[in-house]
Amino acid sequence: MPDSIIETKDLHKVYDGVEALRGLDLNVPPGSIYGFLGRNGAGKTTTIKVLLGMSHPTSGQARVFGLPVESTEVRRRTGFVSEEKDLYDFMTVGEMIRFTAPFFPRWRADLEQRYLRKFELPADRKVKALSRGTRTKLALLLALCRGAELLILDEPTSGLDPAMAEEVLQALVAHVASEEMTVFFSSHQIAEVDQIADHVAIVDRGRTVVTGALDDLRERYQRIQMVFDGDAPQTQFRAPGVIRVQRKGRMLTVMSNGGADAIVDEATALHPVSVDVIPVTLKEIFLETVAAED
Amino acid sequence: MLFRPNPSLGVPIYLQLMEQVKHAIETGALRAGEQLPGIRPLAEELVMNPNTVAKAYRELEHEGVIELRHGAGAFVSAHTRPKKLADAVRDAQPVIAATVKRLRARGLTDEEIRRLFEAELAASGRTGGHRA
Repeated sequence: MPDSIIETKDLHKVYDGVEALRGLDLNVPPGSIYGFLGRNGAGKTTTIKVLLGMSHPTSGQARVFGLPVESTEVRRRTGFVSEEKDLYDFMTVGEMIRFTAPFFPRWRADLEQRYLRKFELPADRKVKALSRGTRTKLALLLALCRGAELLILDEPTSGLDPAMAEEVLQALVAHVASEEMTVFFSSHQIAEVDQIADHVAIVDRGRTVVTGALDDLRERYQRIQMVFDGDAPQTQFRAPGVIRVQRKGRMLTVMSNGGADAIVDEATALHPVSVDVIPVTLKEIFLETVAAED
Repeated sequence: MLFRPNPSLGVPIYLQLMEQVKHAIETGALRAGEQLPGIRPLAEELVMNPNTVAKAYRELEHEGVIELRHGAGAFVSAHTRPKKLADAVRDAQPVIAATVKRLRARGLTDEEIRRLFEAELAASGRTGGHRA
């Protein structure tokens, strides 16, 4: 198995003179649930189209399973659910499943039964009469049952109420726990990435600005807050990873992406009244990195 | 539910889960030899990544807090006999009482004493790596 299920290097895509991707680098390790975070229009769907071989990059490299994305083998081993949850409206749920299954030699009838029950899908209901949540579950069932090793989901929970979104996330988590597979999902919902992803890429205007294991990011990103007796001193921190220093009255705040220890040592030497280390949330990391380029 | 990590805290989730398992053992909610929930059911129940649960369990095994028996699941280690939290807190109380009494005798106000405690906890928590 390759080290990366998905790998892109310096990916560029220009549409009608607009740069949708401007050097996108991704490394998705096998078995991960990988959250692909970005604002609307950041390049998430374009990236997914490239990964599915539906759009040719202007330059740069994209490989899935170590193979070029144009290869049919990539599509055979990949399940995909679009943001629109494209299905045939005139079919019933049962017909949709019976129509889809024969396309996939590795169709999993056992999973089909499991998810029909779990999702409580009405087999005789027409697709066009389904609620948005039920439609999402049907699209997810069709993707999960095809025996894919990689599942690519574009905004899987968009438009779902919180209870339905939780049900979809739970199905994903349960599926990954029981089958060997990698999930790559795009989202602008930071909370759901926080909840189920173990790796994350933050994309901003066609470029990855932060990538890595979420636990590593949570350990690296820290805010160190000092309070002084009088005005906070004007000082330069030499520790690696200092992103930003804010001075306000008696308070000095340092944002770091290189852990807190070295900065705390420097801070202590300034003899503040107090030093506090405050964890930085994914939401703050997102806002920090996406806003930083503005 | 015994465990409930909070993803939006900014603290790695596997560390939160490890702390919660240890806390459950300290309070006696989990006892030596007892079985922990399996990785898959726990991930499903908490709707969290199974890799994260697995990482927490591996680290706890490394620290000797639990044992992973192949195919059978995770069990609270039989060797660790952690002092129950309630006992530890009871033993600590006279020490704190004496300290507070001495500081008041030196003329410090309660607010100053509270700040000193908090500053000390923040400083030693950092070096001791016991950030909750």
